[in-house]
Amino acid sequence: MKKFNQLTGIAAPLDILNVDTDMIIPKQFLKTIQRSGLGKNLFDEMRYTPDGQEVADFVLNQAAYREAEVLVAGDNFGCGSSREHAPWALLDFGIRCVISTSFADIFYNNCFKNGILPIVLPQADVDKLMEDAKRGANATVTIDLESQTIQGPDGGAIAFEVDAFRKKCLLEGLDDIGLTLQKGDAIDAYETDLAEQPWR
Amino acid sequence: MTGTTLYDKIWNAHMVDEQADGNCLLYIDRHLVHEVTSPQAFEGLRMSGRKVRAPHKVLALADHNIPTTDRTGGVDAIEDPESKLQIQTLEKNCAEFGLEYVAMDDIRQGIVHVTGPEQGFTLPGLTIVCGDSHTSTHGAFGALAHGIGTSEVEHVLATQTLIQSKAKNFRINVVGEAPDYITAKDIALAIIGEIGTAGGTGYVLEYAGPAIEALSIEGRMTLCNMSIEAGARAGLVAPDEKTYAFLEGRAKAPQGADWDKAVAYWRTLASDADAVFDKEITMDASDLPPLVTWGTSPQDVISIDGAVPNPAEIKDEARRKSTERALDYMGLTAGTPMQEVAIDRVFIGSCTNSRIEDLRAAAAIAKGKTVVDSVSAMVVPGSGLIKLQAEEEGLDKIFIEAGFEWREPGCSMCLAMNADKLQPGERCASTSNRNFEGRQGRGGRTHLVSPEMAAAAAVTGHFTDIRNLKAEG
Repeated sequence: MKKFNQLTGIAAPLDILNVDTDMIIPKQFLKTIQRSGLGKNLFDEMRYTPDGQEVADFVLNQAAYREAEVLVAGDNFGCGSSREHAPWALLDFGIRCVISTSFADIFYNNCFKNGILPIVLPQADVDKLMEDAKRGANATVTIDLESQTIQGPDGGAIAFEVDAFRKKCLLEGLDDIGLTLQKGDAIDAYETDLAEQPWR
Repeated sequence: MTGTTLYDKIWNAHMVDEQADGNCLLYIDRHLVHEVTSPQAFEGLRMSGRKVRAPHKVLALADHNIPTTDRTGGVDAIEDPESKLQIQTLEKNCAEFGLEYVAMDDIRQGIVHVTGPEQGFTLPGLTIVCGDSHTSTHGAFGALAHGIGTSEVEHVLATQTLIQSKAKNFRINVVGEAPDYITAKDIALAIIGEIGTAGGTGYVLEYAGPAIEALSIEGRMTLCNMSIEAGARAGLVAPDEKTYAFLEGRAKAPQGADWDKAVAYWRTLASDADAVFDKEITMDASDLPPLVTWGTSPQDVISIDGAVPNPAEIKDEARRKSTERALDYMGLTAGTPMQEVAIDRVFIGSCTNSRIEDLRAAAAIAKGKTVVDSVSAMVVPGSGLIKLQAEEEGLDKIFIEAGFEWREPGCSMCLAMNADKLQPGERCASTSNRNFEGRQGRGGRTHLVSPEMAAAAAVTGHFTDIRNLKAEG
């Protein structure tokens, strides 16, 4: 997994509530057997017309946001389907950080497995970052995971919370499975006790 | 010391390791695998030279992308090359890693969340995961069941565990006696309408109270299935006699002395009387009307005798904009009575509502009536066994005579990954779980309803209050 340490990039405003993972990556793109290549279809049905032309006013099609690395979005981002294709598509497009007032649990979890940092902030902070993001390419933000701060374009810093273990995994780009396999003895011991409950 | 909740009990019984930071390693008893969210996980195992730790705890089948039309040509005859490749990839991966695979032509094939319980793979007190958000369905048996992403599918395959932080406890008490026209689907929609699609975020829901106890196991599955639509990864109903009666004798359920021992253990799986919940609400089922969604979020719920809401009356700007966007997408005008909204399609199926009880209820409405000419309606049973049972009961004939299509089992138009999809602008009364933009096909307009309400819409051409239809009946 790619490490996440500090990121300075353009923030794109997606001022929509309840952005679901069907919106992020529609089902017709879930037929792939790979993780890569989904960026071109990120937000496909909002981003392109049915005949494949770009929708000019969709945020990621605007010149200022085509290289965006941060997404500032409305409440309950990533709700719905558990498809990890959603963070894969974001990552493949170049988004490494999503900021909202809340995230759906499964999506939130999936982000950390892919080197994407989801940040939960109070409404007032999201509103401020949303307004800043609407100023276009001049409005870059700097996200520093180590110090857990976001530096806005006007210099003000916003602090954010993140689980210590997830933070460590992101900072070091750790492989979860490798970490868990180090606890193989504990899993073995647990499985030995399972003999008491043969139906399991 | 205060008592523990059902969720706490299952959690504690599965904890392999607890880190100082509160993250736990949780043992996973059952893993359901399907074709869409697993290929990258198997590829990950291959790349790192890892094996599946406990192959016998895995059950795999293809459901999302298989055709629901004639399958006599087998997998090779699937027209869409990508769908075919995904199914073939699952077959190969199961063979390579030694996993049980229910093939497309097996009578047990169906939607994972239908086949799992049907085979007794789902049992009370287990932890169950699947790379599918509707894994919450299995909570109907008092199992801690939730959806996971593909990275976690790989993690479970390799380690039989998951790294988890504990969720909070949220009890939803549903009191009163539900009238006969109120289904588990209406109760689920009422709850989501009440707490919102993010209302359960960070929680495990426990459904309790007389109206929940009165539900059949099928009804409880419908209810728990939609927990994710309230933002909760998992929903639970404490197991009871109905649960044991449903499971006893099923192929993968314990037998003989093991069964007795299991039931004795399962009887301990209920929240203690003095258990403390982080959040608790109470709703009354006795005064619920049949419900229908009007918008593009499952929380956009209204009574069948209500009207399309007016965004101008919403003070909060974000919510008003969201409502305007939804009505624009849905092609609806504020103030229109829901019963005047005409439909083009009807879909009866999905892991929410494709079980035998759902099909019986829809057939009871459809019997002797005809799907109106302007409507195309289809019934997709949840599994091959349900299809067979329905045919033995003559339900297929009722549907076919009324003008419904009778299909092979699968996820079908719930997510429209296969050929079953809405055309742009088509409006559908659907027994599925999500009315998101584009969910059933780009530009398609989905209204979530119970099987009875879907059948009623099919035979009248518009949303119809089944209370009136039943009165006429």
